[in-house]
Amino acid sequence: MSNYHLDHLQHLETEAIHVMREVAGEFERPALLFSGGKDSICLLRLAEKAFRPSDLPMPLLNVDTGHHFPELNDFRDRRAVQLGAKLIIRKVEDAIAKGIAVPATGEVGRNKLQIPTLLAAIEEFRFDCCIGGARRDEEKARAKERFFSFRDSFGQWDPKNQRPEIWNLYNARINPGENMRVFPLSNWTEMDVWEYIQREKLEVPTIYFSHRRKCVRRVGQWLPVTDIIPPKPNEEVRELVVRVRTIGDIISTGMIESPAKSVEDIITEIAAARVTERGSRADDKTSEAAMEDRKKAGYF
Amino acid sequence: MVSATPFATHPVVDILRFNTCGSVDDGKSTLIGRLLYDSKSLMEDQIEALERSADITGGGQINLANLTDGLRAEREQGITIDVAYRYFATPRRKFIIADTPGHVQYTRNMVTGASAANLSIVLVDARAGIIEQSRRHTCIASLLRIPHLVVAINKMDLVGWSEARFQEIRAQFEEFLPRLDIKDVKFIPISALNGDNVVEPSKHTPWHPGPTLLSHLETVHIASDWNLNGFRLPVQWVNRPNCPTNSRLHDFRGFSGQIAGGIIRVGQKVIALPAGMTSTVKEIWTLDGSVQEAFCPQSITLVLDHDIDISRGSMIIGLDNLPGANVNLQAKVCWMHPRPLQRGKKYWLKHTSNMVQAVVTEIEHRIDMATLEPQAAPSELALNDIGEIQIRTAKPLVYDGYATNRLTGSFILIEQGTNATVAAGMLMPPHEIVKPENGDYVI
Ligand SMILES: Nc1nc2c(ncn2[C@@H]2O[C@H](COP(=O)(O)OP(=O)(O)O)[C@@H](O)[C@H]2O)c(=O)[nH]1
Repeated sequence: MSNYHLDHLQHLETEAIHVMREVAGEFERPALLFSGGKDSICLLRLAEKAFRPSDLPMPLLNVDTGHHFPELNDFRDRRAVQLGAKLIIRKVEDAIAKGIAVPATGEVGRNKLQIPTLLAAIEEFRFDCCIGGARRDEEKARAKERFFSFRDSFGQWDPKNQRPEIWNLYNARINPGENMRVFPLSNWTEMDVWEYIQREKLEVPTIYFSHRRKCVRRVGQWLPVTDIIPPKPNEEVRELVVRVRTIGDIISTGMIESPAKSVEDIITEIAAARVTERGSRADDKTSEAAMEDRKKAGYF
Repeated sequence: MVSATPFATHPVVDILRFNTCGSVDDGKSTLIGRLLYDSKSLMEDQIEALERSADITGGGQINLANLTDGLRAEREQGITIDVAYRYFATPRRKFIIADTPGHVQYTRNMVTGASAANLSIVLVDARAGIIEQSRRHTCIASLLRIPHLVVAINKMDLVGWSEARFQEIRAQFEEFLPRLDIKDVKFIPISALNGDNVVEPSKHTPWHPGPTLLSHLETVHIASDWNLNGFRLPVQWVNRPNCPTNSRLHDFRGFSGQIAGGIIRVGQKVIALPAGMTSTVKEIWTLDGSVQEAFCPQSITLVLDHDIDISRGSMIIGLDNLPGANVNLQAKVCWMHPRPLQRGKKYWLKHTSNMVQAVVTEIEHRIDMATLEPQAAPSELALNDIGEIQIRTAKPLVYDGYATNRLTGSFILIEQGTNATVAAGMLMPPHEIVKPENGDYVI
């Protein structure tokens, strides 16, 4: 009996592969959201496990806010080529130019503008399902997400009216114009993701490891110095040894001071961490309901 | 979210999934908050957020329930309206908590949260004792065949830590237990608010020999929930690389799925249903290389030595412990939709990776939640009702009884048109099994 036992990562892995294959089996035109971040790196490996030796039966989709870390985009492009996968990129800038995404007066951040850009891409390619790397342990509103999260024809999530999900039987049926978001990593924690990266020897972008970078102190955190919002004269700028723990836009991703140079170092660091990974993202701090509001509007 | 102890990097051997249930205000959210808080699974920013909302709304008192009551609507109404999942780890185990709400109208959420659980915690308010909700939730846990149950008798601080009261409630509970299918039940007196017997033993209960709730969760023996007796591979996806430049890949044809029962080895004979053809396993393909053997619940790709007709929804089975195959099925269902079950109406039935049309031909009985007795021939099954029905499917289903195999014995019903998931079903053991005597097993 004891030979027929899976450890926790193997359990999470087989659950996620099952979910991916349900997507391939049930949908006509699925896409896999790939940002180059650690969660979507795991998604890609799981897709390989689910579908090889065939080609991945879905393209990769990325919404480029124009405020990405350059290291991340390089990595994203390289991985897609390595996998022989089709990569579709839709830019917030183009969506703004076309009037699909309209910034509020004085709005510099691109986080909200990702939503109409993504919805337009879904419509353009008639995607009926998008696989994303969100995890329930990230945030309170996410904790209530299903694996198969139904979106109406406006891309909206209705938390009060979710389909019950029982055993591993996913109801993937949708009507034309409706859409499904699928989250194979629902049950993974930040630690599981890094342990999986370690076990599978997956490459991650270099910004996850400690490096020297000029940072500016804003709203209680160290943000990378960029041309987008250059430091004001009264702002403190320092060169620090930092890394990112979770990646958002370059203007809102807090850098953490860390000596972690390897995946092993990162795992040790997370084990001792005293703040959650989203604690370093300015976009979530705005209000306690920030994530919930964005999700209802169609955010991942 | 992970434990802050340095042990957290040690290999964790397994995962325990559990859910909490009880009536509104029995203290579920407080208990989960307490488990996370006392096991040091909370991070500083989460504690900070708690303190911030304590200053705004709670008159300065930290409310542990705020940790799990995530959605704004809930905060406004002060109730938990959906299933929320929480994660924590101790050096011994990883835990997935499904926080399932106690309102009558949300029974469907409890079924959702509990369906995959190894263990259920039923919370009882020590002042109120066993009430209809406690019975209902225990009945659902039994119906779903959750192997372990903990009855956490909460708010013991409000009954003066009375052992007599604890024993009285325990006796009330044990009175209806024999009617149910639960083998392992543990009673623990706690105060979720103050933390007694949750993580730390209480000095108020010298009469309780232990364990605390957390140490029980860490040590309860979760004997394999998975059935290793009859091989079942519901085919999810046919893997055909169709690669003209690589001759090996050009001919590759694999059947991908998650093993839903049993063990499979290279060289073993299998039957593919509904085609009914026999074949032999040539290769068990995984990204990490071919393997000689695989078992439930691994995800694999099987290569067979004959080219036979298999597509999504087919089931590949072993020659031992054969499943049933029939268009007439008997099942227990939990109804999950405001529109009641209608006899004669067509639904989609999803079973493993298979989707067929189905008609409910008979509603045999409905369980009266107050008495747990079946009432014969009800006119309908409404939201949150549990009952037994007969179904006829458009094509034969290859299945096992739910008691034998949770994965091949369960199904959902989907309403046509709205695509709403309307029922969770558990199949009764088959009357007729697949007949292996002749070379052809067509069903
Ligand atoms: N005195 C006392 N109050 C408790 C205890 N556990 C929970 N409560 C209180 O009971 C109320 C309802 O608790 P909550 O966790 O929100 O219940 P839920 O509806 O089951 O999630 C809150 O005011 C809690 O502070 C306990 O052990 N003792």
